[in-house]
Amino acid sequence: MFDVHEMEINFGPQHPSTHGVLRVMLTVDGERIIDAKPVIGYLHRGTEKLFEHMAYPQCIPHTDRMDYVASATNNLGFVETVEKLMGITAQIPKRAQLLRVILSELQRISSHLLWLATHAIDIGAMTPFFYCFREREQILDLFENYCGARLTLNCMRIGGMPEDVPAGWLDDIEEFIGKFDAAVDEYESLLTNNRIWKRRTIGIGVISPEEAIEWGVTGPPLRGSGVNWDIRKALPYECYPELDFEVPLGINGDTYDRYLVRMAEMRQSRRILEQCIPLIKETPAGDIKAKISRVVRPPEGEVYHSIESPKGELGYYIIADGKSQNAYRCHVRPPSFVNLQALPAMAKGHLVSDLVALIGTIDIVLGEVDR
Amino acid sequence: MITQAALMHYLVWPLVKFLVAFLIVQVIVAAMNWVERRLLGLIQARLGPNRVGWHGLLQIVADPIKFLLKEDIVPSSSEKIAYFLGPMLPLIPAFIVFCLIPFGPGPMFLSARVNVALLLILALTSTGVYGIILGGWASNNKYSLMGGLRSAAQMVSYEVPFGLSIVGVLMICGSLDLVNIVNYQANNAWNLFPQIVAAFIFFVSMNAENNRTPFDLPEAESELVAGYHTEYSAMKFAFFMLAEYSSMLVNSCLMTILFLGGWTIAYDGHGLTTAKLISMGNFGALLGFAIFFAKVMFFMLVYIWFRATFPRFRFDQLMDLGWKWMIPLALGNIVVTGIFILAGQERLMYWIGLATIGAIFFYLSRKPAPSPTKAARPHKVVHAS
Repeated sequence: MFDVHEMEINFGPQHPSTHGVLRVMLTVDGERIIDAKPVIGYLHRGTEKLFEHMAYPQCIPHTDRMDYVASATNNLGFVETVEKLMGITAQIPKRAQLLRVILSELQRISSHLLWLATHAIDIGAMTPFFYCFREREQILDLFENYCGARLTLNCMRIGGMPEDVPAGWLDDIEEFIGKFDAAVDEYESLLTNNRIWKRRTIGIGVISPEEAIEWGVTGPPLRGSGVNWDIRKALPYECYPELDFEVPLGINGDTYDRYLVRMAEMRQSRRILEQCIPLIKETPAGDIKAKISRVVRPPEGEVYHSIESPKGELGYYIIADGKSQNAYRCHVRPPSFVNLQALPAMAKGHLVSDLVALIGTIDIVLGEVDR
Repeated sequence: MITQAALMHYLVWPLVKFLVAFLIVQVIVAAMNWVERRLLGLIQARLGPNRVGWHGLLQIVADPIKFLLKEDIVPSSSEKIAYFLGPMLPLIPAFIVFCLIPFGPGPMFLSARVNVALLLILALTSTGVYGIILGGWASNNKYSLMGGLRSAAQMVSYEVPFGLSIVGVLMICGSLDLVNIVNYQANNAWNLFPQIVAAFIFFVSMNAENNRTPFDLPEAESELVAGYHTEYSAMKFAFFMLAEYSSMLVNSCLMTILFLGGWTIAYDGHGLTTAKLISMGNFGALLGFAIFFAKVMFFMLVYIWFRATFPRFRFDQLMDLGWKWMIPLALGNIVVTGIFILAGQERLMYWIGLATIGAIFFYLSRKPAPSPTKAARPHKVVHAS
């Protein structure tokens, strides 16, 4: 009569706060989670297999559709990997490098804004959602001015960039970053010192630094646990070594620290953008493409290269056979997929309400998890 | 022997008054939906409904029409009778309560003057939860069930501080009759001042009673899809919403009557007391109603403001707050009020209440601490946990 009656709940794939089509099979005792099993694959499109049948430049639009809220960094990871394979990394002109950094930092801000918007609305705070989208819209406008697309940008090419800086674009960015710090203050005024927000996030889903490393967690969740690992600093690419920025670190490894880390990262991205504007103005106009053959045919070999995407370490592993114009095999290491591994361990013992906070704090994009 | 005068006095007039009140309340409830969406839009840097009619005002008409025309989906595995009863049960008490609430000075605005009106209102409103539990269980959906259970636990927990917070007011006013409570306040001062703690508890509890943010756990969209009304569509869903907004209105009216002097603006018998308003004739009656309406609307807008501002509590934190903070605080308030009344120092309580309100405003107006994410260096994000 007094034995425990466990209830099984299918949390998703149709659920407002699983950020797409994640399904979590929950075993709950009342509202307490005994077991959580993430089930993925509802958005599997075989992107990696598609890469094997397409010439390298044709793959770039497909990378857009993996982490579809941060396509510029996906493009960046792919083109850099191919460039590394071809050995032309050093030939990329400075102007193209700065343009890439500008696009990826704008993308980082926009991805973090979307994260904050959904994370806040998951925990019940409605208003930050709209405030975040207000600023994100401006970033998407900037993207549109650069490459014509707002979400799936397809904005990088192997060996350089497709377009030079459009007229007035840098001024628009300057205007945006001039107002952005105040916007972050506004979000923080709604959340950071809010007692309900603190009670909902402090001590929830704690990952110790050791566990985080064992799980392979990267990005803000790793840094929220206090591990100083940012690929922009650790294995620098493009012109990041010349730029002055900090890597924000958390202490407790809980949801609140991860929140603070991401908020601080947005401010740091703004700092990077601030430094890039004068630098790119010094470079000669039109110098955006390395002088390489139009046909991309890398020599035989294999390469792994990773960048710091907004969600963590985004890596591409490409094997080229040296004969064809397409990869023999291309594997993607998506940060969301690896970070999602930590969910069952984080969720155990918490309540159902915390699960939505945890899904939010890992910041998954199912397009990237399932590929 | 039932005379015609008695029939008119006891049956016909109360019914007519109730019907008028009912219709006005329905319009207000429908309009509140529009007000809420527009105000949320204003707060959240967007527009809100502005397409149907002037500034979207016809949304008030369009929404009910939409609800009536939508397909009424009944889950095949639901418990049919309970599923039908679910949306109706909360609606009935929410409407009946309106015949007990005086909306303005004089008998014109009150359909039934009961000398234990307050108790009756408490008893009626607390039955609303049955419909939610029943609907949540009958839907045969785990999210609905969890929503219904949360709602049950929440309402039971917050019914206690809700009731206890009123006791202080009763001790001061010495009556359960709402009209007497209002008149007492006009002749002395708003209960808000001597009963500032009770007013605070009452206000928090009424938010929790109505499942409004930050206590909207039973229908927490991001957790339970839509909670107890996940499986309800069309007019059945609208019934739940009507009941919610009606009880919001009831609770705002109660807050106004118990703590803010109802339709009067008077201190120590000076100003717009009930007698003064009645002596002014029809204009006075309308003025009293307008004052009452303005005060009620203030609380309705605060509800909406809260919804835009706060994140949601977690279930166990909600219980913590209710049992560990609200109930002891309400009990303490009763003891302190009793001591003051025994000592004959009611006036002192006013000044203490006034000082407390001043202190709260002073506390809220101080400069906020700088954000920990702002400093570029040192780059450790530090916070006290």
